[in-house]
Amino acid sequence: MRKALAVYRKELRQIRRDRRTLTTIVFVPAFFLLLYGYALNWDIRHIALAVQDRDQTAQSRALVSAFVNSGYFDRVADVWSPAGIDRLLDVDTAQAALIVPEGFGRELESGRVPQVQMIINGENANTATTIMGYAGNIARSSGAMLVTVEPRIWYNPELRSTLFLVPGLIAYILMITAVVSTALSVVREKENGTMEQVRMAPIDTFSFIVGKALPYFLISLASAALILFAAMALFGLPMRGNWLSLLVAVSLFIAGALATGLLISTAAETQQVAFQAALLTSFLPTLLLSGFIFPISSMPHALQIVTTIVPARYFIVALRGIVLKGTPVTLLWPQMAALVVYVLAMVTLASVRLAREKL
Amino acid sequence: MASSPQAIDVRGLTRRFGQFVAVDNVSFDVRRGEIFGFLGSNGAGKSTTIRMLCGLLKPTSGTAIVGGIDVGRDPEGVKARIGYMSQKFSLYELLTVDQNISFFGGIYGLDARRLADRRRFVIEMAGLAGREGTLARDLAGGWRQRLALGCAILHEPAILFLDEPTGGVDPLSRRQFWRLIDTLSQAGVTVLVTTHYLDEAERCHRVALIHAGKLAAIGTTSEVKRVFDGRPILEIRTPSPVDAMRVLDAAPGVEKTSLFGTALHAVLRGTDVTAGQVAARLRDAGIAVDEIAVVTPSLEDVFLDVVDKATAHA
Repeated sequence: MRKALAVYRKELRQIRRDRRTLTTIVFVPAFFLLLYGYALNWDIRHIALAVQDRDQTAQSRALVSAFVNSGYFDRVADVWSPAGIDRLLDVDTAQAALIVPEGFGRELESGRVPQVQMIINGENANTATTIMGYAGNIARSSGAMLVTVEPRIWYNPELRSTLFLVPGLIAYILMITAVVSTALSVVREKENGTMEQVRMAPIDTFSFIVGKALPYFLISLASAALILFAAMALFGLPMRGNWLSLLVAVSLFIAGALATGLLISTAAETQQVAFQAALLTSFLPTLLLSGFIFPISSMPHALQIVTTIVPARYFIVALRGIVLKGTPVTLLWPQMAALVVYVLAMVTLASVRLAREKL
Repeated sequence: MASSPQAIDVRGLTRRFGQFVAVDNVSFDVRRGEIFGFLGSNGAGKSTTIRMLCGLLKPTSGTAIVGGIDVGRDPEGVKARIGYMSQKFSLYELLTVDQNISFFGGIYGLDARRLADRRRFVIEMAGLAGREGTLARDLAGGWRQRLALGCAILHEPAILFLDEPTGGVDPLSRRQFWRLIDTLSQAGVTVLVTTHYLDEAERCHRVALIHAGKLAAIGTTSEVKRVFDGRPILEIRTPSPVDAMRVLDAAPGVEKTSLFGTALHAVLRGTDVTAGQVAARLRDAGIAVDEIAVVTPSLEDVFLDVVDKATAHA
């Protein structure tokens, strides 16, 4: 125990003085959080709106007012011809145009649902989708039906949201801090020859691993908590489930990631190799094959099979379940079991490799 | 086992890596408190032998008893009794002097009181008083080396393995380091040291020469030099040593020649050949001789001789 503690203290002291590791551990999560915070902030206001009111009735004016009063739209121009709308959209004076056709007020009065047209600049697909959503709501509540035209729009059926992405983000960041920092820290010791010095000492593999992994475990846990709380404060991420199940899921995932880092370190002789190995085996699968960004159900069948060995896949499902839906852990047992298998497999492989390296 | 005069007892130690035999049937013993030098060129098998003695590498065959423990059977048991320092002076660069000591004390299982005692000893021994808070990476070579030595003997091992401990260190620090080793040896610590520096080997009580995995010679430095009994060595200073070598290699009384710095060493086939005859032969060939004298063989002579013989056998 004293020996594990000595390794633990030493590791913490090293991390504190090692700028590169500190940067990886502290700033990368912060950077990603800010990056995604901006990218995911689709709460768009002050959309420049051009209006072509061909009806000029009280009803049509009420509809335009409803758009402006919603707070989402600023009426920047009134146009009288379709060419005027094109020009305004082309020079970015307006982001969207509302066209109220003649007879709008008459149709509304006679109890039918009149159509209004919305033209949206679709260069930014996400913005366009959002604007369309706002406009549709406003039109509906004014008793009209919206017909939209979105030039160059790429329709994204997967309406992502911050809340949906945060669990994946946590998985991704944990992979960086846990796998990379563990792998690099062991390989660095090999490069410096301190590993050999340690192996000459009467310290068992278990104490060494525990002392070595514990600081990274705690840091990763803190990292996860930071992202989670930040997401709660900034994006209103709910916590509908049980904190303990959350802790268990996160801990399992970190433990597996640490063991993966250790396993990589037993195979790699240089930090560069270790980093590349971590990138290939941990980062990329977590980013691409976990359902974090690309839904697994829309992947080719062969790739779907590959995703079954990506631990983040299970972790993200468990996390979304616990945090967003309040799913009880009893319903998440397949995911939890998969994570346990992951941890056991990685720890076993790493221990076998370490023991073999010893003699 | 404490009563055994042998600190290290090696019998028929062999290690193969696939087809390659790194250490081939090596046997020797080291007495308690002895400074035992392990000499050989790179790849001769020195480090492999040390790694086996420290329990890091399993012998393919043969036994090694270190501090009374059979290393092959109980590699972990041996570790508590030995200290090890490598040529890299493996310290944690980002830890201070003090923190390095704490760490190594910790993994050797020292309790707080003993660690405090040993910390004082190491700081004093290494001359690091006042530098306890310096980062290891900011220490100059000699200090690093002495700190590494200090960390290797925190647990007061009876046996100390030093793998080329003076590489890249200035001559003054080397001398200081050897004084420390002498002090340890006087205190009863057995020291097994590998080195390239043959002047350092002269400071060992006994040396073993290892070549191509085989033990080529063993004994005190004067004992191993006895391979030159009946074969005097001439040291010749001449402005044209390369021509001189060519002439002497063809002379019947000369066994072989080699360059030693600016001088030339010629090993004679017998005591009946004299310096005068050799000088005459050189002058006959038109080569000036500034100085010629019989010298006592250096370890370097012995080393080259051993390598030559081994190569001739092969």
